[in-house]
Amino acid sequence: MPAVAGLTFLVLPLLGLLVRAPWATLPRRLAEPAVLAALRLSLTTATLATVLCLVFGVPLAWLLARGSFPGRRLVRALVTVPMVLPPVVGGVALLLVFGRRGLVGGPLDAAFGVSLPFTTAGVVVAEAFVAMPFLVISVQGALRAADTRYEEAAATLGAGRWTVFRRVTLPMVAPGVAAGAVLCWARALGEFGATITFAGNFPGRTQTMPLAVYLALEQDVDAAIVLSLVLLTVSVAILAGLRDRWLGGAG
Amino acid sequence: MGRRLLVTLLATAVVAGCGGPADHDTAGGTPSGQPVAGTVTVLAAASLTESFTRIGAAFHRAHPGATVRFSFGGSSGLAQQITAGAPADVFASANPDTMTTVTDAGDAAGKPVTFARNQLVIAVPKGNPQGISTVDQLASPGRKVALCAAQVPCGAAAQRALRAAGVRVTPVSQEQDVKAALAKVKLGEVDAALVYRTDVRAAGDVDGIEFPASASAINDYPIVALRAAPNPSGGAAFVAYVRSEPARAALAAAGFQRP
Repeated sequence: MPAVAGLTFLVLPLLGLLVRAPWATLPRRLAEPAVLAALRLSLTTATLATVLCLVFGVPLAWLLARGSFPGRRLVRALVTVPMVLPPVVGGVALLLVFGRRGLVGGPLDAAFGVSLPFTTAGVVVAEAFVAMPFLVISVQGALRAADTRYEEAAATLGAGRWTVFRRVTLPMVAPGVAAGAVLCWARALGEFGATITFAGNFPGRTQTMPLAVYLALEQDVDAAIVLSLVLLTVSVAILAGLRDRWLGGAG
Repeated sequence: MGRRLLVTLLATAVVAGCGGPADHDTAGGTPSGQPVAGTVTVLAAASLTESFTRIGAAFHRAHPGATVRFSFGGSSGLAQQITAGAPADVFASANPDTMTTVTDAGDAAGKPVTFARNQLVIAVPKGNPQGISTVDQLASPGRKVALCAAQVPCGAAAQRALRAAGVRVTPVSQEQDVKAALAKVKLGEVDAALVYRTDVRAAGDVDGIEFPASASAINDYPIVALRAAPNPSGGAAFVAYVRSEPARAALAAAGFQRP
């Protein structure tokens, strides 16, 4: 019984979206350039953020799983902080560091005239900040579960550390990396708080789907429902597709 | 924090001082004749944060049995909450259009009344480091400007004011409410933002520059008691109090114009 209640609780709001959707005007609303611009931006930035997370997150996960250094437990805990931090707080923190007057952003702006807030790059940074822990935790779990004897065998056969990582470790933990990347992408796609705080809101440049939903709600509930449906459909379709292809339906 | 508390206390004292015995008919009376008690829940535009907090404290002094609880936010969002059934006694909006959302849905008890008016100014960092003096300068290339999104009242007003000035400004961001736009100025992330005069006055650490075209984009602030109010007599008393002389004085001190 509690299981059914749990399922109902999770599914009912989604059904509510479908019931309240303005089906009659749906095609016209979907064709609006603003909707397509927000969707394109969301998909692009979530994908770029995932790539960024893979490039930096996989080595970090490897370090946390295999490296031995003082304070490793503390570092592990620190990595998960963005998961529990309210994303708005993350956005404020990013502003204080990467903003035009920020610790890093200030010198960056002065030296190169580069400023992240209010740019698409800023959206990617905000999304990566919030989503990276999902990838790191997933990959770290896979690495710790993997048998290290294969790596040791490869090493005794003369493979260098990079070769071992690339030819032995990575293929072994590939499902973990894939699952982590999917989680990371989904989290980046839904990111709202850090994005609106750090990157602001401008159509076509920093207004992702969740921001468009929030602002549409201020004026036109139907428009917000349509945007929500689009986001829901796209994310479910992509997650289902990836699951079959990458994870073989397992997990 | 301490300074802020002191300012609030002083303002409350001023408000209380203005309310002589003669004002008590408007301030203290309730239309229904019931005693005013319990919690009064007021949903109010973000730009009313400072002035209504003070008025709420003064209201509590006038009616010791009653406390006002506020929820401040973008007017449009609050209006959506009301039509979606949020339990509240009073709604104060930053423009009449947003109020229409509530009255059209049949959620208002009675007709909204305008209790204050507000005007836009150009907010710049303290000391105006870029020497901005006219609204035209907001359009110069490389200038970073934050505006409110057109969906919220301050954004609608900004559009009107810029159109009146004949200036095309491409903002770096369209913020979700006026306080968010102001925060971007305070953090130094933008060079300027169009916000209400009252927000600049309340913030203290930014400068406000008046510009003539803002006269064609003055926002009327309507207030109304709500039909589904859990505390109808409290709500009616608060609406009456906001229109009383002490409250008007507090609003004027915050930079609002009289209706």
